[in-house]
Amino acid sequence: MADKSSSNAYWKANIRAIQIFLVIWFVCSFGFGILLRPMLAGIKIGGTDLGFWFAQQGSILVFLVIIFAYAAKMNKLDREHGVEE
Amino acid sequence: MDQFTLNLIVVGATFALYFGIAIWARAGSTAEFYAAGGGVHPIANGMATGADWMSAASFISMAGIIAFGGYDTSAYLMGWTGGYVLLAMLLAPYLRKFGKFTVPEFVGDRFYSGTARVIAVICLLIISITYVIGQMSGVGVAFSRFLEVSNDTGLYIGAAVVFAYAVLGGMKGITYTQVAQYVVLIIAYTIPAIFISLNLTGNPIPGLGLFSNDTASGVPLLTTLNGMLADLGFASYTEQHDTTLNMFLFTMSLMIGTAGLPHVIVRFFTVPKVADARSSAGWALVFIALLYLTAPAVGAMARINLINTMYPNGVKETPVARADVPDWVANWEKTGLLKFDDKNGDGLINYTSSAETNELDVNKDIIVLANPEIAQLPSWVIALVAAGGLAAALSTAAGLLMAISSAVSHDLIKGQLNPGISEKGELLAARVSMAVAIGVATWLGLNPPGFAAQTVALAFGLAASSIFPVLMMGIFSKRINSKGAISGMLVGLIFTVVYIFLHKGWFFIASTASYSDSAPMLFGIKSTAIGSIGALLNFAVAFIVSNATEDTPAEVQELVESIRIPKGAGAATGH
Repeated sequence: MADKSSSNAYWKANIRAIQIFLVIWFVCSFGFGILLRPMLAGIKIGGTDLGFWFAQQGSILVFLVIIFAYAAKMNKLDREHGVEE
Repeated sequence: MDQFTLNLIVVGATFALYFGIAIWARAGSTAEFYAAGGGVHPIANGMATGADWMSAASFISMAGIIAFGGYDTSAYLMGWTGGYVLLAMLLAPYLRKFGKFTVPEFVGDRFYSGTARVIAVICLLIISITYVIGQMSGVGVAFSRFLEVSNDTGLYIGAAVVFAYAVLGGMKGITYTQVAQYVVLIIAYTIPAIFISLNLTGNPIPGLGLFSNDTASGVPLLTTLNGMLADLGFASYTEQHDTTLNMFLFTMSLMIGTAGLPHVIVRFFTVPKVADARSSAGWALVFIALLYLTAPAVGAMARINLINTMYPNGVKETPVARADVPDWVANWEKTGLLKFDDKNGDGLINYTSSAETNELDVNKDIIVLANPEIAQLPSWVIALVAAGGLAAALSTAAGLLMAISSAVSHDLIKGQLNPGISEKGELLAARVSMAVAIGVATWLGLNPPGFAAQTVALAFGLAASSIFPVLMMGIFSKRINSKGAISGMLVGLIFTVVYIFLHKGWFFIASTASYSDSAPMLFGIKSTAIGSIGALLNFAVAFIVSNATEDTPAEVQELVESIRIPKGAGAATGH
């Protein structure tokens, strides 16, 4: 196993990445899709507004990007901190 | 060739494929039986997870729910996909590193408590058994509609197929069968959707067609739909009708419930490395998104097609005459899932928003199954949809049965009753519990409790309020001790179950309900959305109790340190 201080730094970096991605996750689904929908009502798309698109499709596309971005970020962190398999 | 023969050939061919895979992928050890030997490629695992996750509810019911619910039902779309983000970042990689076979085993080891493990087993069994009832009845419905056998015969055939590959192959057989089932179900779902989208909008990608112009009128499709609904007095499709608080909490419950479903979590124990667990969650969502991006289009387009069928000359003209309905309407009328009641005796089918004058009753579940007939597609497409519905129900049933049998053989028999059992003995015990689980599921499918549909809310509520929080705290906090975890799980569980019972009746006996979801007890929160509040209570109680009691032992703190770091993960093991 890697030494203690290196693994602490690795875990801190992981938590930081998770926090950033969770903010994006929340804003693009609960935010644009539900809570902020009235604010986006002026942006029209295909017979409805941007909030409807985020709720039915946009959020899912963002989720996909988040998971692969997180996986790539963690692969990089694993190597940097010498904790990869 | 007639439709029945074609259905038989297509469904028979897919079943032969599943049997072939079962014989090829026999399990020789407990590691293969519980976790497919830890050697499944992340993309293959993603596909298997997609089939495992997308049940009869996703394949058959969801588009229908969206068709009749519009924007409010976006909670399903976001909830049932957003959970994978949580799985990829908060649970899957660390549980893979932990490297054991079951979810209760992690709970037992991390909280150094047999009691915690048994509570987790109880939650797992309630969640999975509830879920499997729905799958088995889905199998029965698909068989009886497409293969003209009785519901019961259909169930026996379905049970025999699952028995063959699940008992023989365990997780290994189930995984590779699910890969094949995914391919069958996604083709069956998208082909009719593509034709319908081409037909209405000229766009071959249904997800894009949803936001395109309607070729008949030249205005956006959703504008056409809203216009039709307004003329008939129905609620608007794109506007919000639910309260914001309830929609928010319902979406959250479905998300954390998804991340907490044991049969989904164990799928990530089958990949070779921790990094694979992360990317595999992404691949799973890719394969799920192919269906979930199509479903809202199928829903909106099916609603338009249904209204056009009932008002062939436009919604402002007279509706279709009882005698002139297309064949597909008559076909589904025979199953009782679509009903007419000519209340004013004028021989016309009046489809309206008012309960007094409406004469058409459509079961939401037929939207997807009737799609190829509505779009007048060739009969091989109808046969494919039959095979797809069966693939969706069977693959999920197998995943659930796997979770049930490993909880019994590994957590109860090996973990509690007979820890000295040999590898061979445990493998036999796993196969026997699988066989018993299939027997119980079949029996429940034959005699479905009247509350089968409502209990799905219970499954998600429980997964959200009990399993998700305890796993997350076990990984992200070293301070949560066994007392905290046990009290947190119990409070989350009991609060959620009681709230659901208050609205749906005690033990789902409707007459004993004190509240209803149209007038819920707390702040307009429906019983389907209460899981997120239960989860919040679980976190809060676990935190308070842990801080008031002793610190966790040093070896548990070391365990938490080790699961946070990918290095050193071997294949999943039982020791």
